[in-house]
Amino acid sequence: MIPLLIAIPLGTAFLISLIGGKRDLVAAVLSLCSTAVVLIMSIVLFAGLHGHTLVYSVGKWPAPFGIVLVIDAFSALMLILIYTLALTSLLYAVPYLESLGRDWKFYALFMLMLSGMTGVIITGDLFNLYVFMEIGLLAAFALVAFGGAAEEYEAAFKYAVMGSVSSSFILIGIAVLYSASSTLTMAKIAETLPSLDPKLVGWVSALFLAGFGLKAAAIPFHAWLPDAHSSAPALISSMLSGVLIKALGVYVLIRLFFNVFGAPQMILSVVLVLGLISIIGGVLLAIAQWDMKRLLAYHSISQIGYVLIGIGLGTPLGLLGAVYHLLNHALFKGLLFYNAGAVEIALGTRNLKRMGNLTKLLPTTSNTSMVASLSIAGIPPFNGFFSKLILIIAAVQAGQPITAVLAVIGSLLTLASFMKVQRYGFRGERVIEKAEPIGWSMNAAMVILAVLCLATSLLVVPGIREVVLSPAVQAVMAKTGYVHLVLGR
Amino acid sequence: MNPYVLCFALFLVGVYGVLAKRDLIKIILALGILGYAANLFLVLVGYRADAHYPILEPGVQLGPMVDPLPQALVLTSIVIELGTTALMVALAIRLFQKYGTFDISNIRRLRG
Repeated sequence: MIPLLIAIPLGTAFLISLIGGKRDLVAAVLSLCSTAVVLIMSIVLFAGLHGHTLVYSVGKWPAPFGIVLVIDAFSALMLILIYTLALTSLLYAVPYLESLGRDWKFYALFMLMLSGMTGVIITGDLFNLYVFMEIGLLAAFALVAFGGAAEEYEAAFKYAVMGSVSSSFILIGIAVLYSASSTLTMAKIAETLPSLDPKLVGWVSALFLAGFGLKAAAIPFHAWLPDAHSSAPALISSMLSGVLIKALGVYVLIRLFFNVFGAPQMILSVVLVLGLISIIGGVLLAIAQWDMKRLLAYHSISQIGYVLIGIGLGTPLGLLGAVYHLLNHALFKGLLFYNAGAVEIALGTRNLKRMGNLTKLLPTTSNTSMVASLSIAGIPPFNGFFSKLILIIAAVQAGQPITAVLAVIGSLLTLASFMKVQRYGFRGERVIEKAEPIGWSMNAAMVILAVLCLATSLLVVPGIREVVLSPAVQAVMAKTGYVHLVLGR
Repeated sequence: MNPYVLCFALFLVGVYGVLAKRDLIKIILALGILGYAANLFLVLVGYRADAHYPILEPGVQLGPMVDPLPQALVLTSIVIELGTTALMVALAIRLFQKYGTFDISNIRRLRG
């Protein structure tokens, strides 16, 4: 069952390019079906885990020699998140792509990106991770350029250059780690690492921090993100911002630093500082923007900062907050990018100054954008409030009052910038008479995510939290547990 | 030690090219050099002085062997780089069609 998670999206991608050639609808239905199948599979896997770890050896090669695929509670949760967002993206895609005049190739690339992300999340082998990461990135470069405008090619080229440089850093890091430990299986590396020179861990984690930090777009590695996310088609922005930067960046950082390197304090402090810079820097850059998608893109940097401080605190509560915020950010940021895309189709502009009184023309869009804005700004009872609250409590408990204060300031600035979006964009005074209609499935995608934004705030309730979030955090925090489970001892 | 120093020099050449060059094609070439440095490093990691190729033959004494795994990894990594380079060249061609130049200081519509 585990290899099917990669095989189904990958197979669909190639099937679409083989048979979907003439019919866009076939491609859309195929990709919707296969995403639904993998979503159901990942939910079944997550429900059946009960704190266990599933390990699959590719080609029957046992763990330290061959490639292993590992599913624990954390990776299963990430998979559910990715497929949920992908499903709504595909719902959104059908009318949106028609308005762009684009075709089946989109679905093939989309499924390729999905299989790349799945691979990164479930692999237990470092080089295999690199390969899947490149598959996902290659599809993402092409999707950013998909609209075919000059700005999109420019953003895609910038993204491709920075992505390739960071991939080279990661490859060199992998080579150093391999030369020191003579294995590529992450669990085996974790086992041999304590006997090695601690300086080596420092060097390798610096390389990985630069490489994966660039993929996660933490400041100072963020330069590609605002261009790529604001130029791409709306649903691709929501996939990139919602899950790609997390699957390729933050997830791998958590996995490597906690399960492989055993969370050394030095690295965690660096991550904490990067997180704080990203929170404040991202939001300050965002608040000055008038292009709605560019504003949202800068907010992605800021929100990733919250996840990073959760990682940097290194306490179980901090990590719980990080995982929870990661989940929430995917939902509300996905929704906000859908809103921006809907407005762009309806009015033909992304400039907040040229929007206004959209509540009548686009009721679904403006209401769901209200939900998403309140969520990202951290207003109860929406999900963003609870995850930020957990992070701030964790910071105070860990004896880092400055972190807590900066997180609160970041949150207030976020609120200010989304008041700007609502005030000028959706509830402005400028009178707009007529808007292009947007498809029902686009509205459906937005409503689903808005409902999820409310529903995930229930995850903070102790009974539900212990079933959903706590196993994921335990899987990450159990430093030796991962090694033992994967190597089968 | 010397091969590693040369490998690092190659890496620095790549980084310099990416950072300092203004021409799209030169940037793509610099990324290629950066990738070669990473690949060369992988091969060097697997190299053992005076070692035997890692194939068992009847009647041959077992000595130190070259590590074959990095060589397999390098093959994979070369293929990946081929894909990335092809995509970037395609993007460069489209950028030339749109902007009429390869100079990145003239390709600056995105800012802020």
